[in-house]
Amino acid sequence: MKSSWKTFKAHPMSLVFFILVCAGVILTVGILFLVVAFVLIRGVPYLTPDLFALEYTSENCSMLPAIVSTIEMVGISLLVAVPLGVFCAIYLVEYAGKGNKLVKLIRVTTETLSGIPSIVYGLFGMLLFVRALGWGYSLLAGSFTVAIMILPLIIRSTEEALKAVDDSYREGSFGLGAGKLRTVFVIVLPSAMNGILAGIILAIGRVIGETAALMYTAGTVAAYPKSVFDSSRTLSLHMYSLSREGMHMNEAAATGVVLLIVVFLLNSFASFVAKKLKSKT
Amino acid sequence: MAVKFSVSNLDLYYGDFQALKNINIRMNENEVTAFIGPSGCGKSTLLKSLNRMNDLVEGCKITGTVLLDNVDIYKNMEITELRKNVGMVFQKPNPFPMSIYDNIAYGPRTHGIKRKSQLDEIVETSLKQASIWEEVKDRLKKSALGLSGGQQQRLCIARALAVKPEVILMDEPTSALDPISTMKIEELCFDLKKEYTIIIVTHNMQQATRISDKTAFFLHGEIVEFGETGQIFAMPKDKRTEDYITGRFG
Repeated sequence: MKSSWKTFKAHPMSLVFFILVCAGVILTVGILFLVVAFVLIRGVPYLTPDLFALEYTSENCSMLPAIVSTIEMVGISLLVAVPLGVFCAIYLVEYAGKGNKLVKLIRVTTETLSGIPSIVYGLFGMLLFVRALGWGYSLLAGSFTVAIMILPLIIRSTEEALKAVDDSYREGSFGLGAGKLRTVFVIVLPSAMNGILAGIILAIGRVIGETAALMYTAGTVAAYPKSVFDSSRTLSLHMYSLSREGMHMNEAAATGVVLLIVVFLLNSFASFVAKKLKSKT
Repeated sequence: MAVKFSVSNLDLYYGDFQALKNINIRMNENEVTAFIGPSGCGKSTLLKSLNRMNDLVEGCKITGTVLLDNVDIYKNMEITELRKNVGMVFQKPNPFPMSIYDNIAYGPRTHGIKRKSQLDEIVETSLKQASIWEEVKDRLKKSALGLSGGQQQRLCIARALAVKPEVILMDEPTSALDPISTMKIEELCFDLKKEYTIIIVTHNMQQATRISDKTAFFLHGEIVEFGETGQIFAMPKDKRTEDYITGRFG
């Protein structure tokens, strides 16, 4: 640092820039810290065992059913979106030719889809899954709706991950007489696993954080869903419902803490898995 | 000596650009043939058309015939069969991100060998042939990416040998390696030609004189001169060959 004072004297603009950079860092970290601190301070005192009671009643406002339905929602939507998205990306990167018109079309479509507000997905899901297909407000309708919503994200991240795989691996594999299928599944996909996983984690984050699209499709029943055709609220939706009713602000804040912890655990898990995969190769 | 590869009237285009012009060359069994010439002269392109790696390049068009043991590889041979018989070692060592064992076993597994004992044997012989067995025999299950560059390249040679090819194509196999690793690979070429036909592209003229029996000099997509390596370097017939090997250009 000492030597940089000389630099600053010689080039005053670099001091200005340095201050701007520092301000950016401090503000970003500060805001993040504030949000986390606010949620924790506001919510932690109300984290009572009641909130994790087995059954939801309007007295205890238990979030356990919501946690369960969140997990189910994440599971089903990934089950739909991951294979679809990964296969689509494999087609785009490995099979489609460079100037292919279809590739351009798919790319424009995914980009547009990822820019659409989630409430529009909700509306679409309600019209298609809830009404037209007659699934009603249900876990299934909600899962399919968010699956469509995260599809562009998964396609995009998988595409990037596949593109990042060194072409020399493909050449090496073809050079040994392997076909496309074997090359893609045995050589390319494992190498791209980290990037694909990162995309999936992001997608999980979006599902957990989603409210608007689910209000129209999964409904807000606070009990355990007995089947995929039952309505059930996820954690975020649970939090929204609590605070909208205005009677349970404290419980909503406590739910916020749990959401925060879930997201934190998820991220740690993701980086743990990524590390495991890396050390294996 | 028997002719292994016979190329006649080969023209190759990348889009509108003609990369190879009327190539005629024969490569013999159990010999090392070297392709030399300045960058962009088409030597790697010809090498790649010998196991149809150019098929992967978009807009690549080939006319003429390439015969491997008198069979037209573009008309009468399955591409997997061709690449099983004609192995390739690339410029940059490219071991797969998996264990040393799996790297070697990848080729045989591709061609349907599943028995563990058989794979074990192939892995050991291939690594021994590529004279890297002693260095890696205790770490076969470790990642191949942990090896040094020279070891990686020998591993890639072993990987190519594992599918029991007849011909090995090498595309500047030592250009990314240090002198000692280079020497090891050159010695390896010398040993391997007893059983295999080797075709090597090299930027390094000393390397060509050290390891090859025949040398072809390429310029602007044409073969200017092809003959015994000793003759090419001692008494080139063509003025352009002489200029190149005496370092006047390239």
